[in-house]
Parts: sequence; structure tokens; C-alpha cells
Amino acid sequence: MILPYFIIIPLIAAFLISLIAGKKDQWAISLSLIAIIAVLVLSVYSFIIFQKETLIYNMSGWKFPFGIVLVMDALTSFMLVMVSIISLTSIIFSVQYIRYIDMDWKYYSLFMLLVTGMNGVIITGDLFNLFVFMEIALFAAFILVAYGRKAEEFEAAFKYAVMGGVSSILVLLGIAILYSATSTLTMAKVAEELKLLNPKITLWVGGLFLVGFGLKAAVMPFHAWLPDAHSSAPAPISAMLSGVLIKALGLYVIIRIFFNVLDAPIIFTKAFLILGAISILLGVFLAIGQWDLKRLLAYHSVSQIGYMLLGLGLATPLGILGGVYHLFNHAMFKSLLFYNAGSVELALGTRDLQKMGNVVKILPVTAQTSMIASLSISGIPPFNGFFSKLIIIIASIQAGEFWFAFFAVVGSLFTLASFMKVQRYGFRGENIIEIVKEKIGWQMNIAMILLAFLCLLTSLLIIPGIKEVTLDPVVNVIVQKAQYFNLMTGR
Amino acid sequence: MTIYLLCFALFLVGLYGVLTKRDIVKIILSIGIMGYATNLFLVFVGYKSGAIYPILSEGKCIQPMVDPLPQALVLTSIVIELGTTALLVSLAIKLFQKYSTFDITKIRRLSG
Repeated sequence: MILPYFIIIPLIAAFLISLIAGKKDQWAISLSLIAIIAVLVLSVYSFIIFQKETLIYNMSGWKFPFGIVLVMDALTSFMLVMVSIISLTSIIFSVQYIRYIDMDWKYYSLFMLLVTGMNGVIITGDLFNLFVFMEIALFAAFILVAYGRKAEEFEAAFKYAVMGGVSSILVLLGIAILYSATSTLTMAKVAEELKLLNPKITLWVGGLFLVGFGLKAAVMPFHAWLPDAHSSAPAPISAMLSGVLIKALGLYVIIRIFFNVLDAPIIFTKAFLILGAISILLGVFLAIGQWDLKRLLAYHSVSQIGYMLLGLGLATPLGILGGVYHLFNHAMFKSLLFYNAGSVELALGTRDLQKMGNVVKILPVTAQTSMIASLSISGIPPFNGFFSKLIIIIASIQAGEFWFAFFAVVGSLFTLASFMKVQRYGFRGENIIEIVKEKIGWQMNIAMILLAFLCLLTSLLIIPGIKEVTLDPVVNVIVQKAQYFNLMTGR
Repeated sequence: MTIYLLCFALFLVGLYGVLTKRDIVKIILSIGIMGYATNLFLVFVGYKSGAIYPILSEGKCIQPMVDPLPQALVLTSIVIELGTTALLVSLAIKLFQKYSTFDITKIRRLSG
């Protein structure tokens, strides 16, 4: 069974790194690269091979409803592929970037713990186990945000830790209420038992989970920590946090719990729609006024999370397809944009858009890939962001939600405007800068080029023929809510 | 029922503290109080009055037992909360070194 290896490999790597890596970080880098490549190969393999079936692994031999189970279906392996692609590029990018801050094995050890936590959250089928893995990922994230050891970074990490702590406690309270109502913690069993119970329990638990995981996903009223934490962290960590952490810990769990366990009650899908629309509009309005490049990107994360939530809230197959597809695409282009911001910060020593200029001349790779990413995020064909946004807008028109379609279009236009600002003032600005503080090495360039290619390549996922084998199984898992526990209980 | 309400009141005390207090140490304590309330609730969930501990040994007949699972969960969650609190306190120490204050309204270099 390959299921436990998604957790074991990065966890062992984390401990091995802290054991054998000395003052130099060569060992740490090669170990973490090996671990991430192994996880990537495993996840791609399982995504291709086990598409139609649900794999179940009973931890330490305890039979299904009693012990902790690990579950893998199409949605799980889809998320695992996304996490490992971004982790791989992020490690490659870190090699030079983190040496500039500090030559240290602790970074790679913590990074592996972050990956462990996210993989665990994605693959587990047990509610309390999910809570434990979530805490592992959050711990690593808090420390990595403060990694630069500057005053602002400690401030951001403290804010993040307080918000994360409160949201974890709310989630734990929800799990406690679910346990008291159903006497089980396995998600499939909980879903089965909840059908026989008073629907009011679903409301209570759903409310707690919506706030708890909404805080983790940084949906609009709960977003306050995100711009600080994501803009203060080192660039590869910002890419991990914005690209995958808010999705693995926030949106993935929201999908799993609200669709597969709580059976998508109408009141919550409506709440997703409204929260999504608020996030899209306010996030982009706050982003457009920023002059700090990373802060602008962080606000755009809030806005793009809104698109995914809007697609999911429509609860039609097309809307969910759009939401899931946008989730994957956003990981690609947002991580790429954070890498661009990191390499500009390294080379020019500033994140202020007004102080940048002629980046095209001094950092050609950064400037060109940032153009691709900007076009992707603002939804210009043929890049991936266009297709997913288009699907979400079409789906909301089909569902008769014209206002929400309108909000999505408006959000997209303002996104385009704010990235025109980034390109005009930042990367193609008029300031003539001669002195480059630090040369951008080939590792950073490779990470950026890799993601730029993926931005183009993932737009192929929507072509009929490829869509049937990649995105449709994922959507099926979410749409056919009951199938999740039917398969597991063996009916 | 009263005991659950009291537990909920303890939770709200913690939430109130997190939302209104300005002192970093008090915020950390409030998060601790929220955690205690949640753990207490988990223990209540497994409790049955008049029941015995769930270990079946020789010469003991079967009678109502308390649910052991929440106790295991509470142990895990206490350990996790210990880690969270330690991390928050160490961040508070670092913040005090950098800003020489514990007042959250004065620690705001990040804004906008």
C-alpha cells in the first residue's frame, strides 16, 4: 500500500535532515529534494493509476470504523500532485534564496514538516487525525514565516499564530460536537450517522467549521492575517503558503467536510457564494492600492480564493469543475508571482513598485515569467487562469446567479488593472537601475521557468479528452457526495 | 446541562480576551482558556455518571463505562496546545526584544 508513504517520506526526511545535516546545507538540500521527488512520483503515479477507485488503508490494523483510516480518491491524489509540484519548485528556488538569509538546515527540516502536515491533512479520513496534521503544518508555517528574524516577521508570525490558534480551537470544538452526536471520528461513518440525526447538528457543526477553516483559507471576513504573514515570509515560503497551504488546510477540508461529510446543505453553499463574492471584490480593491509587491500579491490570494469558493458554492458540476480547476491553476501562477517578487527583492533589494525599474534588462527571466503569470492571473487566453475563470462565470450564468457572474467579471477586470500597474511601474518601470545586489542563479531561474511552462501546460487540462481523465474524476468525487462513504463502508 | 453552559461560558471568556485585550501575554492566556474549555467539553462528552473506568480485568462484571476515546483525544490536544503556547510565548519574547513593549496597538509596523 502506498498511502502511508505520503506521510512517512517527508517526515523521515525532516528528522534525517536534523540528524545528519551539519553546518553546510548540501545534505539537507539533497535529502529534501529526494524526498519531494519521491512524493511527486508517487502522487502522479497514483493519480494516473487509481483514478476510478478509492484506496483505504487501516492504520496499525484497526478495522474500518474504529481505527484511523487513510483514504485516497481522485480529489486526494489531485491535491497531492499540486502540493508536490509546488514543493519541488519551492525547494529548488530556496537553494539560493535561503543561503542569502542564512545557511541553515533548520529551514529544510521545517519545510519537510510543512509538507508532512499538508499531505497528512489531504490523505487522512479521520477527523481528529486531520486536526493533528493541521497543527503540524501550522507549526512549521508559523516558524517559517518568522524565519528572517526581522521585527516585522515576528509581528506577522505572532498575528498568524494567534489567528491559527483560535481557528484550530474552533475546529476542535466542532469535532467534539460531531463526536458527541455520532460517537465516531471516521469521516465516512460520521456522514452515514448524520443522516439519521437532527439537521440542527449540521448547522452548529457547519458554522464552527466554516469559521475555523475559513480562517485558514483566509476568506474575506477572516483574512486579516494573510497579507502580513504572506508578505513577510521568505519568498519560497510565501509561494508555499499562498500556493498550497491555504488550499490544503482551508479549501480542501471545506470541500471534504461540507460536500462529502455534511452533504452540502443549501444554507452553506449559499454562504460560500456570498463569502466568495465579498472576497473577490474587496480583496481586489485592497490589492489595487498596494505599492508593496508581495503585499499586493497576498491580497490577490484572498480575491482568488473567492473565485474558488464561488465555483464551489454554485454546487453544480460545472461550477465545481471551475472551482477545482482554478484551485490548481492558482497554485501555479501565484507561486510563480511570489518567486518573481523574491528574485526582484534579492536583486534590487526592494519590494516597492515605485523604486523598481528596467527589470527586463537586468533580470530577463524574471520579467518574462512574471508577464506570463500576470496574464494568467488576470485571465488572458491562452493561459490557464482564463479557462478556469471562464468556466466559473459560465457556470454562474447557467445556475441563474447573474449577479455573482457580474461580480466575477468585475473582479477579473480589476485584477487585470492591478497587474498592469505591477508591470508598468514595477517590471517595466522608468527608473534606471544599474547596480544588482545579488546575481540570480540558475536554480531560481529553473524554478520560475518550470512554473511558467506549467501555466501554459495546465490550460490543456480543459481540452475534451484530457478533461475526462484529469478533472472529471475529481469533480465526480465532490458531486456524488454519498459515494465517498458508500465505497468505504463497502456497499 | 448547566455544566455544559458553564463550559461554554469559559470558552466565551477566552474568546472575549482574544478579541479585546491589548497585552500580548493576556492574549496568549486567553487562547489557553479557550483551549481548556474545549478540552473540558471533550471530557464531558465521554463522561457518564456512575460509570467505571473502561478496563476489563478479572473478577469484574460488565457495567456502564466512561468513553475512553475523548480522554485520549484530550491528551493529544493538551500536548498540541502546549506546543502552541510555547511557540506564542517565544514569539512574544522576540517581539519584546524588537519593539520593547507588550502592547499590541504599538506593535504595528505592518499595515495597509
